[in-house]
Amino acid sequence: MTGDELRQLLDRELEPAGRAWLAGAEAAVRKDPRVVQTAFPAAGRSVGRRLLAGDPPTGWTADDAARALLLITLGDAAGEQVPDLFGYGDADEQRAVVRSLHLLPPVPGAAELVAAASRSNDRRLVAASLGPWALAHLDDEAVAQSVLKCVFQEVPLTGLPGLAERATPRLSRMLAELAHERIAAGRPVPEDVWPLIERFPPEDTLARIEAEQEHPVPERRAAARAALASRRGQET
Amino acid sequence: MRIFDPHIHMSSRTTDDYEAMYAAGVRAIVEPAFWLGQPRTSVGSFVDYFQSLLGWERFRASQFGIRHHCTIALNPKEANDPGLRTEVLSILPRFLAKDGVVAVGEVGYDSATPDEDAAFEEQVAMGQEHRLPLLVHTPHRDKAAGTRRSIDLLRAAGVPGEMAVIDHNNELTVEDTLDSGYWAGFSVYPDTKMDVDRMVRILQQYGTDRILVNSAADWGRSDPLRVRKVADAMTAAGFDADDVDKVVWRNPVEFFGRSGRLELDEPAPDAAATFAGNSILRGAPAGS
Ligand SMILES: [Zn+2]
Repeated sequence: MTGDELRQLLDRELEPAGRAWLAGAEAAVRKDPRVVQTAFPAAGRSVGRRLLAGDPPTGWTADDAARALLLITLGDAAGEQVPDLFGYGDADEQRAVVRSLHLLPPVPGAAELVAAASRSNDRRLVAASLGPWALAHLDDEAVAQSVLKCVFQEVPLTGLPGLAERATPRLSRMLAELAHERIAAGRPVPEDVWPLIERFPPEDTLARIEAEQEHPVPERRAAARAALASRRGQET
Repeated sequence: MRIFDPHIHMSSRTTDDYEAMYAAGVRAIVEPAFWLGQPRTSVGSFVDYFQSLLGWERFRASQFGIRHHCTIALNPKEANDPGLRTEVLSILPRFLAKDGVVAVGEVGYDSATPDEDAAFEEQVAMGQEHRLPLLVHTPHRDKAAGTRRSIDLLRAAGVPGEMAVIDHNNELTVEDTLDSGYWAGFSVYPDTKMDVDRMVRILQQYGTDRILVNSAADWGRSDPLRVRKVADAMTAAGFDADDVDKVVWRNPVEFFGRSGRLELDEPAPDAAATFAGNSILRGAPAGS
């Protein structure tokens, strides 16, 4: 998603009042970058929060898109303003910052902002912590931590181009061990962990999961069979 | 019965309170920023407090089916620390711009010092700039004088009647407040300030226009179900259901609605956790 594409998608959905607000806010920010400090929080109630239509789904809401455009408008002032917009931001504002990083000039401390987002209790903010900027720039350990946080928060791992390429033997193993832990507790395993496990299959852990299918505790047997069926389902 | 408690400090309360409030009919609340029982020593403590009102506390309330809003301000007690005052006032505009902030407050007087005058005036101007109503705390000591002084300051700044509520009124301040054209808030406590029966007598004498009833429950001895108890006492005293609904729901909705930022659709429990459904997490349909 580029800034221009985002503007087109948003423009299709904006009411006249929202369009006027955005144009005014962008002009004011261009004149004085500090205006972003109060325009950025006001975006939701000014342009709405609807999911922008598109096929495939855009994954962008109107407020996220408007905030991204305000950040792009900052130009070289982004480096100065963006860290505080995140620091003073509520979950919606922080999410917009994290989602926009790949559209902006380098922001100091961006990796720390993404790490903070992934530690949040807000699932949409956690989801944003595995966005395009994160997948292109974070180190392996940070990617692994964000992936695990998503799985724990039941944030889907689908729709993330480039995630499979960031898998490492360590991430595949951590996810397989997490799957085993879930099975041992008789709980379901989210099916979207399997493609990442398959990148570097940890044979010993997978063998232990196979063995769970014959475990004396019925809940464990059932959880293992369901998990392995969903694994096979994804191979076909 | 639907209840809107327009002044309650939920950060100091438990999840049992949230459950009991929902069961009693509470569906929306306003949590004013106030002092924490002891002085803060740096602006960062205020930032974290404001963030918790806008983030964690809103999330907690939503899990119990209650819409949480807040007011943001530097309270009068802590306005007396000059270094802190300058720093906190400088970060307030960022917070006054946020969704879920429905007024500037609690502002007003504690000891009526020149420092308090300065902070009050500056924050009244911020309210005008951000088009937000004002929630004005009145002092425990010398309350009648503090109330009149607050009214004078608001008038001098040109704040219209419908854009400020003077809070914590009693029998001796209610006439000054209502005559001024501003709204009158009443904090109904288990033993001090105002009790349930006195509150009903005030409603009988002065009517239900421009009156807000709140529990002001906080970390002190207080009761988060006081607004419901006032509603029940009104019914017992012969007020009809429409009068009760006006006092415990429509009045606060009208007053804080002037911010344009009230959100009154009821959140499903766990709504914040699944905000707008899975599909919005990544734009992918749930389960795909
Ligand atoms: Zn209070």
